[in-house]
Amino acid sequence: MAYAPHTEDDRRRMLAALGLDSVDELFAGIPPSVRAAGIDLPAGLSEIELAAELSRLAARNRVDLASFLGAGVYRHYVPAAVDQLISRGEFATAYTPYQPEISQGTLQTIYEYQSLMAALTGLGVVSASHYDGASATAEAGLMTFRATRRGRLLVSRGVHPHYRETLRTYLHPRGFTVEEVPLAGDGPSSGTTDLAALETALGPHGNGAAPSDVAGVVLAQPSFYGVLEPMAEAGRLAHAAGALFVAVVEPISLAVLEPPGEYGADIAAGEGQPLGVSPQLGGPYLGILAATEALTRQVPGRLIGKTHDLDGKRAYVMTLRAREQDIRRERAASNICTNQALIALVATVYLALLGPHGLRDVAALGAERAHELERALVRAGAPRVHAAPYLNEFAVRVPDAGAVHARLLDLGILAGLPLATLEPEREDVADALLVCATELTTSEEIDRFARAMGAELAGRATGAGEEVLAVPAGMPA
Amino acid sequence: MDVPDDLRYTDEHEWLRDEGESATVGITAYAADQLGDVVFVELPAVGRELKAREAFGVIESVKAVSDLYAPVAGEVTEVNEELATRPELVNVDPYRSGWMLKLRLTHREDLDELRDADSYRGFISG
Repeated sequence: MAYAPHTEDDRRRMLAALGLDSVDELFAGIPPSVRAAGIDLPAGLSEIELAAELSRLAARNRVDLASFLGAGVYRHYVPAAVDQLISRGEFATAYTPYQPEISQGTLQTIYEYQSLMAALTGLGVVSASHYDGASATAEAGLMTFRATRRGRLLVSRGVHPHYRETLRTYLHPRGFTVEEVPLAGDGPSSGTTDLAALETALGPHGNGAAPSDVAGVVLAQPSFYGVLEPMAEAGRLAHAAGALFVAVVEPISLAVLEPPGEYGADIAAGEGQPLGVSPQLGGPYLGILAATEALTRQVPGRLIGKTHDLDGKRAYVMTLRAREQDIRRERAASNICTNQALIALVATVYLALLGPHGLRDVAALGAERAHELERALVRAGAPRVHAAPYLNEFAVRVPDAGAVHARLLDLGILAGLPLATLEPEREDVADALLVCATELTTSEEIDRFARAMGAELAGRATGAGEEVLAVPAGMPA
Repeated sequence: MDVPDDLRYTDEHEWLRDEGESATVGITAYAADQLGDVVFVELPAVGRELKAREAFGVIESVKAVSDLYAPVAGEVTEVNEELATRPELVNVDPYRSGWMLKLRLTHREDLDELRDADSYRGFISG
């Protein structure tokens, strides 16, 4: 299929058929104030010039950095077979075909993706995928409203700030309330969701009190701050109030953590990027959405099912499609649920290559490296902010974190995320960096990071200036 | 197509059996036939107050998903739990075991707005 735009001749013939002389005349009904004044584009380039320009742009990427940045997107080794397999022409569309049954191969890969996610999450129904973790989480929120017909959603502040923003964007215009549940400030569980505050927010219920108006409770495991949340307890509190429990999950961690289906989550949502997709600006990423079978008809988007044809042969079909927008228009379960078939395929190939043992190794290695990183940073004078256990990501207390982050970047070290950039109003994380490690993090990188951090903090303590910081002792030339 | 004389009807193909204080509601044989095999019926919670013509639930067949509308205002006092496991009752016995909900009537005058059997027969053949 050609995607070429209309030729001059096409345009002339269409205008003639309309009895018009120019395109301007066609758009005359649109007020000039809202019309674009023209787009200022540079002249076209030859292929040679274009290749040079793209090389110049690509060279601006910092590929030399020792990266400790996570915060929702994680660096993992992607086996070469992933790109090789997904580059096959048969898979070269991001969309589920609208005449699906002729594309048995595509349907089979989505079915296998769903099956793998069901195994990881411990939940029986998995959608064919969504845009990203944030939109999948927002869809989970909408599911709780449809299923309970209640109007409030309680979201822990341990859920990624972007996900909370996306929840508000999706839910507020539809008249639903999104309220945040604070984190415990001190004690051994600091950094986790404050369960007493959650219980209060759920309101009185049972024993003759009116039913709670809370539709769902959303917690992330691990949280945005990397800590492990008391998911089972939070789920019990939600269920006692008749609300649904939504777990925002990171898929690789599910190889070593309890699956959401086992701790009572009704819905799991998460970002599938760690499963074989390199970190990249703006995606494409992968929204994972899984639910209990009781919620099957609330799951937005499409599900692929396996059945038999008239001859008894195995066949894949679109199941429960009748609630999609091409059939139900404005009454569809969701109108923002494009399936990321190609990225779901990446995740499927990645998981098939690693297998359960490989995935456990990736998760365990990341946790091991992260704990090595913590020990090194503590020695450098940057202790953890929170006390609760973590997996492979954690926040450290660093005075003037933004400036330190910028100076370390000059030394080739991406020192995670200054939390103030995403949480500007939160004083408890104003002087903090969120750092992570994966199986790709080396001991040498950890050592460089810790020494640079030590020099920063020691320099500050002795009042030494920039010169000391620019050339820390022991830095390789 | 079966259109019992003792029921009232809406343009959205629901039927209503007037039982004085309350009424039973379902969809007509004509509607069930148009939908094809019903695979799922989503019904409201008991206790919900419905306005006349408010969507109270969803009916899903193999080829379409449609909203269900309250013929008149009322409070839901009972829903047909059997449809959860046997949605096909809507096809095989739409006026009896395929019923959907019972309403405590709050505005009896709403009944005057509904079609009688003759009018509905004319409506679906027209």
